[in-house]
Amino acid sequence: MIALDLALQRGEFSLELALQSTARALALFGPSGCGKTSTLLAIAGLLRPGRGRIAVDGRVLFDRHANIDVPPAQRDLGVVFQDARLFPHLNVRENLRFGMPRGAASRTFDDVVKLLELSALLRRKPGQLSGGQIRRIAIGRALLRQPRALLLDEPLANLHREARAEVLEHLRGLKREFALTTILVSHQPDEVAALADGVARIDDGRLAALEDIETFKASTAMSMALDTPVAHASG
Amino acid sequence: MLLTHAETIALALSFKVSLVGVACSLPVAAGCAWLLARTRFFGKSVFEGLLLLPLILPPVVTGYVLLIVFGHHGAIGRLLDAAGLSIAFRWTGAALAAAVMAFPLLVVALRNAFESVDRKLEHAAATLGAGPWRIFFGVTLPLSLRGLVAGLALAFARAFGEFGATITFVSSIPGQTRTLPIALYELVSTPGGETGALRLTLVAVIVALVASLVAALMLLRGGTRPDEAEA
Repeated sequence: MIALDLALQRGEFSLELALQSTARALALFGPSGCGKTSTLLAIAGLLRPGRGRIAVDGRVLFDRHANIDVPPAQRDLGVVFQDARLFPHLNVRENLRFGMPRGAASRTFDDVVKLLELSALLRRKPGQLSGGQIRRIAIGRALLRQPRALLLDEPLANLHREARAEVLEHLRGLKREFALTTILVSHQPDEVAALADGVARIDDGRLAALEDIETFKASTAMSMALDTPVAHASG
Repeated sequence: MLLTHAETIALALSFKVSLVGVACSLPVAAGCAWLLARTRFFGKSVFEGLLLLPLILPPVVTGYVLLIVFGHHGAIGRLLDAAGLSIAFRWTGAALAAAVMAFPLLVVALRNAFESVDRKLEHAAATLGAGPWRIFFGVTLPLSLRGLVAGLALAFARAFGEFGATITFVSSIPGQTRTLPIALYELVSTPGGETGALRLTLVAVIVALVASLVAALMLLRGGTRPDEAEA
């Protein structure tokens, strides 16, 4: 359950978004610059709304009126940034372990490494990795935080076709495996169709529509886009 | 080139005083540099100006201020004397003078180093559950390492060459406070001391060259991507 009611000003741009969704995986969908990433950063606690309330799975993370503003470190969210943000001075293993709670079972680490096929990369530094590998590690790192919810900011952006298909396939696997509440930011209809259960269409900082995934697929009229990369990714 | 016993003692004392001075200065300088690089507060420019004061003031003035505060009759000096920790006219006083004089260089170098770290990486660390200390020691500091080493090298060189504040505060006591620059000054002022002065000059030039080379290497290759902050 995701409940947002927030207002945020960034320079000339104003974001005013109110929505409630029970979708397990909600996509914030819209063109570049419409406020999707700002919304995600506000949920993560990295942008402070001027007013409003943010609750994820019943936990209030921000409520200006009640003076609640949970620090980012305590929001228990796994964030996958568009630019991955792996720590360049740490190797893959250290990056993955960075957010692991103390006392977390090593099996969890092994499971995620196996699931995302990272075992051969553990000793490498981020500078020695491809775009797709970097994205998979960022996803693994966020999962190993053992979060309540996963926030994905354009997880397939700037990847070439093969890497995109590979990461998409892993994300679909994670969706099945972990069934985590997920908020996905994307401007790609095929990505949304493959990963989301519900869609919030955002336009110019406002909610344009809240749809279930079937309505989204139908209303987007994107059969061609759906049939190619996703079909390719799912093999 | 063989140094005399007195020159060797002065050289060893200079290393000890500079190393201890810079080591004491480092944590305070790192804290101040972080405040300047990462926070906004009222009076920040004044605060920054105060931190840089030892760089601008005549060293003799700094030494005199240290004498007034930490000398036997100074506010803090009296307390230290009572606790048996007197520093006036001792090598620890020379280390304090070195620490004060090296401090602004460390602050400037570390501030630049911290500012060169991409804040988005710190934000990513926060979303991974890291608190401010873990972010600092786990992300910011390791990514500032080159700037830190460069700053340490410059600060060490500054402390090693410190003269005015040291001689004013702790005088020139052989084996206690007569560091290399002070020993050099004594030799220059003594008839027949030219050869010794040349030897110490050569040592001082070598130390300064090594420090400046280390700093230049670190600064040339240093820096992570500066990036726009989210908030």
